[in-house]
Amino acid sequence: MSEIKMERIDDNRWLLPQIGGMKVPGIIYANEKIRQLLKGDESTRQVANVAHLPGIVNYSLAMPDVHWGYGFPIGGVAAFDLEGGIVSPGGVGYDINCGCRLLATNLTLADIGDRLSNLTTALYQQIPSGVGSTGAVKLSSKDQKKVLEDGAQWAVKAGFGTPQDLETTEDGGAMEGADPEKVSARAMERGKQQLGTLGSGNHFLEIEIVSEIFDENTARVFGLRKGQINIMIHSGSRGLGYQICDDYLALMVKHAQKTGIDLPDRQLACSYLDSQRGRNYLAAMVCGANYAWANRQLLMHQTQSVFEKYLHLSPRELGMRLVYDVCHNIAKIETFHIQGKVKKLCVHRKGATRAFPAGHDAVPAQYRSVGQPVLVPGDMGSGSYVLVGQQKAMQETFGSACHGAGRVMSRTQATKVSQGRSISRELADQGVLVMASSQGTLREEIPEAYKNLNDVVQVMHESGIATKVAKLKSLACIKG
Amino acid sequence: MKKYKLLDHTADIRVEVWGKTRKELFSNAVAAMFDVMVDFPNEEKTKPLEEKTVKITGNDLEDTLINFLREALYIFNGKVWLIKSCEPLELTSRSVVARLQGEPYNRQKNPLKTEIKAVTYHGLIINKSEKCWQVKVVFDV
Repeated sequence: MSEIKMERIDDNRWLLPQIGGMKVPGIIYANEKIRQLLKGDESTRQVANVAHLPGIVNYSLAMPDVHWGYGFPIGGVAAFDLEGGIVSPGGVGYDINCGCRLLATNLTLADIGDRLSNLTTALYQQIPSGVGSTGAVKLSSKDQKKVLEDGAQWAVKAGFGTPQDLETTEDGGAMEGADPEKVSARAMERGKQQLGTLGSGNHFLEIEIVSEIFDENTARVFGLRKGQINIMIHSGSRGLGYQICDDYLALMVKHAQKTGIDLPDRQLACSYLDSQRGRNYLAAMVCGANYAWANRQLLMHQTQSVFEKYLHLSPRELGMRLVYDVCHNIAKIETFHIQGKVKKLCVHRKGATRAFPAGHDAVPAQYRSVGQPVLVPGDMGSGSYVLVGQQKAMQETFGSACHGAGRVMSRTQATKVSQGRSISRELADQGVLVMASSQGTLREEIPEAYKNLNDVVQVMHESGIATKVAKLKSLACIKG
Repeated sequence: MKKYKLLDHTADIRVEVWGKTRKELFSNAVAAMFDVMVDFPNEEKTKPLEEKTVKITGNDLEDTLINFLREALYIFNGKVWLIKSCEPLELTSRSVVARLQGEPYNRQKNPLKTEIKAVTYHGLIINKSEKCWQVKVVFDV
């Protein structure tokens, strides 16, 4: 297939002109360096493919961490009109509400001292991770339904956290519209064993230190200060979410011909938002999202217990607090101004973070004066950024920003180039302690396999979508 | 003939699978998926394997293959049962009946390598040349 031509809009944006069956043009957020990496990558074609879907509004968008996914690109954002528009399980992804949670503490490096290794080992032993891991919490069918309906709120009621945690969780840790009846028996079965597990692949838990503050005022509002020890958790809805996505994808593919929607790739299978099947998927997707929030709430609770126990601290001394929890694989009904009209749209964020500005109702009250925290974890060992959403995101990206560094190298390639190297030793030399249940995962996740996080974040910052607040450096990382 | 090889894909795992017949293509695709997920060390046969028969349908040959792989993945993830051999008995473009041999999954015996979240339709086309059938499948990992 021929390469798709991109036209430069400005230093940080490229246009994919509307051609063929595209209903709107595409826009990719990238600087020259990132654009070079996209050459020969399938992700640009995927941005164009998404533009074929009915009811798409303005543009098919890609954030600077864009890379080749299946169906939708990873780093893709697309909004669909409630009238005539569609919802696509592939546009959300298998890991429904895969997301990040940042925990702040009262600690500095001196408080941990020489106990970092012991602390990391304890976290690694106490928090189930890796392929096929099962959690400490075994759910009855009745409890599982409550998890799907109430998400992190269920977890807090069950004693795993405090009501304050919910205030700084996107959607208060429970999206509205869940209907467990729309979730298959297969998905329920897979979900029973996995609550409170990190998972495998790119999921992780990192101990990090705030190394740089870019925006003093916003950092203060978020409760971040230089030298502070924080924890970043990256996980999602586990097997339950994968099964929900797969079930509805199969169903939508089966009925694809009847809907008359022309699909450039079967993985883009979708249903009209105004159809029973579309509504059923959304109700099931919300269940998956709520399960993920309960999962991250439990992971936070386990983390807190380990810190208290191994550092011999009281909860007050540790002062662990949820800065924010964002989801980056989701479809949401949100309100935007489109050509002077107020419109409700179904925004798909597949590997993209919501980035709402100051003053928006959905931003927690305590952050509303500055905007929503945008959590951007990098690849293993390269730390993370905290950004803050800006008004421009509402005008240009349906209130969305990047979600990570974005892969540039395939897993097979990464495994090949890292043959014979000790990845944990290399990271240890850079001051990052890594524990993983699989050496294979470590090799697949080597730093060179990802784009440079600084470049990705800089594009968001310079385009005014989400601006830099703080940078965090990795100290220790637990991988699945 | 080689059964399959791993291809490059930025975020996920992509395999190219071959088979002399359509039945062999289906059976090799299942083998490829399990090879990605689980280690199969040389093991002594201790007891005979259990057997299951499954019937899967689809809109066309590609869809039937994906639904078949989906079922195999679910048997592993949901039923915790490891498929060690798979023989399609009847196969049309809209349905497959297959005999599966395997056993309850034992992590010690067959360590896990990679978690496959799902089988995707992305870029899926089954081709037939003079010599064989061929397909490329992307697994979300």
